[in-house]
Amino acid sequence: MRIEALVLIGVAIFFGIVGAVYWFTSYEDGGTMMLVGTCLLGLLPGSYYYWWHRRMGDRPEDRPDATVEDGAGEIATFPGSSIWPFVLGMGAFMLVLAFAFGMWFFFPAVGLILTALVGVTAESRRGGHV
Amino acid sequence: MSDAVAPGPGRLRRIGARLAKVRARRIVPLAILAPIVLAGCQVPDFGAFKGATSQGQDAYKLWQGFFIAGIVVGGFVFLLILWAVFRYRRRNEAVPRQTQYRPVIEILYTVVPILIVAGLFVFTVITENEVDAVPNSQVTIDVTAFQWGWQFYYPATGKVVIGQTLDQPQMVLPINRDVTIHLESADVVHGFYVPEFNFSRYAQPGYVNVFNFNVLHTGVYRGQCTQLCGLYHSLMLFSVKAVTPAQFDAWVHQTSGHHATIGQLKQQIRANGPGA
Amino acid sequence: MTDLINPPLTGNGAHGTSVIDIIEHREHAEHGPTGILKWLTSTDHKVIGMSYMITSLVLFYMAGIMALVMRLQLATPNSSLVSFAQYNELFTMHGSLMLYLFAGPFAFGGLANYIVPLQVGAPDMAFPRLNALSYWLYLSGSITMMMGFLVAGGAASFGWVAYAPLSNATNSPGAGGDIWIMALVLTGFSAIFTGVNLVATIFYLRAPGLTMFRMPIFTWNMLVTAILILIAFPVLTAALVMLFCDRHFGTHIYSVQGGGSPILWQNLFWFFGHPEVYILALPYFGIVTEVIPVFSRKPVFGYKGMVFATLSIAALSTGVWAHHMFTTGLVLLPFFSLLSLLIAVPTGIKFFNWIGTMWRGEIQFSTAMLFSIGFLFAFLMGGVTGVMLASPPIDFFTHDTYFVVAHFHQVLFGTAVFAGFAGLYYWYPKFFGRTLREHLGKWHFWLMFIGFWVTFMPQYIVGLLGMPRRVAVYPSYLGWQSYNIISTVGAFIIAASFAVLLWNLWISWRKPVVCGDNPWDAHTLEWFTTSPPPHHNYSHLPPIRSERPTWDYNHPEAPAVGHGEGREPHRRDKVTVGQ
Repeated sequence: MRIEALVLIGVAIFFGIVGAVYWFTSYEDGGTMMLVGTCLLGLLPGSYYYWWHRRMGDRPEDRPDATVEDGAGEIATFPGSSIWPFVLGMGAFMLVLAFAFGMWFFFPAVGLILTALVGVTAESRRGGHV
Repeated sequence: MSDAVAPGPGRLRRIGARLAKVRARRIVPLAILAPIVLAGCQVPDFGAFKGATSQGQDAYKLWQGFFIAGIVVGGFVFLLILWAVFRYRRRNEAVPRQTQYRPVIEILYTVVPILIVAGLFVFTVITENEVDAVPNSQVTIDVTAFQWGWQFYYPATGKVVIGQTLDQPQMVLPINRDVTIHLESADVVHGFYVPEFNFSRYAQPGYVNVFNFNVLHTGVYRGQCTQLCGLYHSLMLFSVKAVTPAQFDAWVHQTSGHHATIGQLKQQIRANGPGA
Repeated sequence: MTDLINPPLTGNGAHGTSVIDIIEHREHAEHGPTGILKWLTSTDHKVIGMSYMITSLVLFYMAGIMALVMRLQLATPNSSLVSFAQYNELFTMHGSLMLYLFAGPFAFGGLANYIVPLQVGAPDMAFPRLNALSYWLYLSGSITMMMGFLVAGGAASFGWVAYAPLSNATNSPGAGGDIWIMALVLTGFSAIFTGVNLVATIFYLRAPGLTMFRMPIFTWNMLVTAILILIAFPVLTAALVMLFCDRHFGTHIYSVQGGGSPILWQNLFWFFGHPEVYILALPYFGIVTEVIPVFSRKPVFGYKGMVFATLSIAALSTGVWAHHMFTTGLVLLPFFSLLSLLIAVPTGIKFFNWIGTMWRGEIQFSTAMLFSIGFLFAFLMGGVTGVMLASPPIDFFTHDTYFVVAHFHQVLFGTAVFAGFAGLYYWYPKFFGRTLREHLGKWHFWLMFIGFWVTFMPQYIVGLLGMPRRVAVYPSYLGWQSYNIISTVGAFIIAASFAVLLWNLWISWRKPVVCGDNPWDAHTLEWFTTSPPPHHNYSHLPPIRSERPTWDYNHPEAPAVGHGEGREPHRRDKVTVGQ
């Protein structure tokens, strides 16, 4: 995790410096806000990863000499197929159409989104494919 | 590689590489000398206008410098690619040497571009300060852009020139005088662009842009809106007429007579379409 | 299915014995739905990636047809082929489709989705269902965007940059603008989700031994792109929501009358917009960096330098947004000029890496390699003019003219189209286990290469003569017509090349040429599995000891070396020759 963390912390350092330079040369608030925001965007996950790296050490994918056997075991559960992303996507589709064309799209949109959220949660609790 | 006697592919390759090295050694000093040598003789305009204002001429010189730097650097890289592509096309199924790192070359091609960029930046800042300088001037013109036309207002005498689309207005300027333009927009963002002045600037609502022109030659220069501003953006034309200071004084003191306001012209064009 | 998965037997190495089945997962797909329901419900990154690619290619052809109509309009000075309003809609939609819906999604939605999990040795993306949601948001966003043409008042017509206050309700009334905003909100979320997914996949699902500095450059570039997406797209989405509020809920965020600031839109938009340019470019740099080493039979020259160059391009690209705003008179010129010029340095490093990779290689001119070389020339030209535009005094007289149009088309056409189709020809065997027809591919390349220069070089000249962009008509007495006619002819040559591509896709599909798992003798991990890869990708993995595991497995005698390493035999050879 070290390199991963350092990439993100590098983002934070770079934009911290650029943000400071930008503020003290222009006093323009919009750009400075965005640069500070970008600095935080690197800092938060970066320091979290670094903390994890300190806690757990190198994983097999971090060690140049790791063999395939070192990574043996279950990686994760990957759902083979699921209808809920499609339902959720169509719900979001209708939701934005409501903003463009009028509120009659709003109710089917909310219906689809709620159904999909319930469906996907239930699917996860049952453990993958339904 | 079994090139014991005859100059096999491996040997040819080494000769090619040596040639390439010689070429590189020759090109680097050329890259440094070229601008100096070229400055002595007539440098081509590379397609740009020479600039009808003193500011425009400064920008033009910077353009020439950048273009020469572009030719040298771009040409060098272009030849390198071309050489690599033709010289190392596949001749047999042998696996070439798997070279991955050559630190000296890598440092070289990092440091040299940084130096080039530093040079370009210095010239940019010098020119930028010349182009953007707003010294005290004798003539001020308030330019207001609107959908889709221009108003030129001369506060010293109250003279107004206004026109829209095909009935394009003409701004009159004295030559050899610093003329300050106050540029603003009445509605959306427009672009005030006179190609032969080598200059453009946005006309924005709520913010006045200030810049100077010092026109060198009399003549009529065409201008146009460059920033998309709606339906008739393509027709938002104007022109700039540069006259002698005496002619300008005579012109600017004539009363402008009856003229439409910006609001009236906007209504007119929305109702009747573009045209006089 | 597992009986189909065998380790490739092309290798002659002794390392091949330690392949071990490492993936334990629940096999669902074999019992899952089929047909259209399979497409609707699949969470397999390969199916989603393919859907992304097909959708974005359809949109690419649509946007291309719009470009042809515009070029026909401009072939004569006062043409009335389309009206002013239609012309404004055409270039707005051409830009929006190409930038938001083709160039980005084709790379980070399509190719990255398909290739990145394979290159890191993962069974799927980290969040497969989120990945599927990304695609549905992208598809519905694309449909929403195209709906603009169907509503009264027409599609959005304020340019793909939608500058305030032109994009407000007074200046651009009608549903077209709202539809445009909503389409981008959908695709924006789609991009953000894909970005999250890519980062998580690359950070957490790499195979053992595949350290960060052994990842293929394509995967590195996709990681950096994903981080850029996470920086840039939330800003765009927020800016769009505020624009919508200005249009409908009476806020005055971007209007002077209510105390707002129109320049804020430009700041927000370009803070997204410039990283977006690199979101569009970096994946394609990655493709080229996969193709050139394989067809030169050499490792990527200066691999680590290239990674750092990518990182610094990405970092710098987020600090240069206001170079699109030099002519506003409201930005700090030297700051943005310096950072913009500095981007030339890492970009130059990449060029020398690509040249160094070809240097002393054995270059095979496959179609993919030709497209990559075409990319080098196109991007070189676009890059050199880009350095000119980074200098404010030069930008002042080229901004918003056809000079800029030519510049960014050379950059984006060079990356998204040349490199993008290099990727298509290169990975097509991976997707289907068949090749595209090479001779048709060469026709496609040469027509496109010629058309590219014929189209865009005259635009530089006519731009310097003062022709502004986004004009539907131009005066006839200025001598601009001849350049515009040449440009139009070029556009039709490009169109012909894409007709060849369609024919190639059709004939290669109907009469397949089967090519085996690893037809290019490629380097990276994705070529270790079968082509097309099985569900969940790998049953076996080779030992990963460099960034070229498949090459190491097939060519154990030829590992990558640094300068000076392993030189002794060559020296001795040379002496023998001399005597």
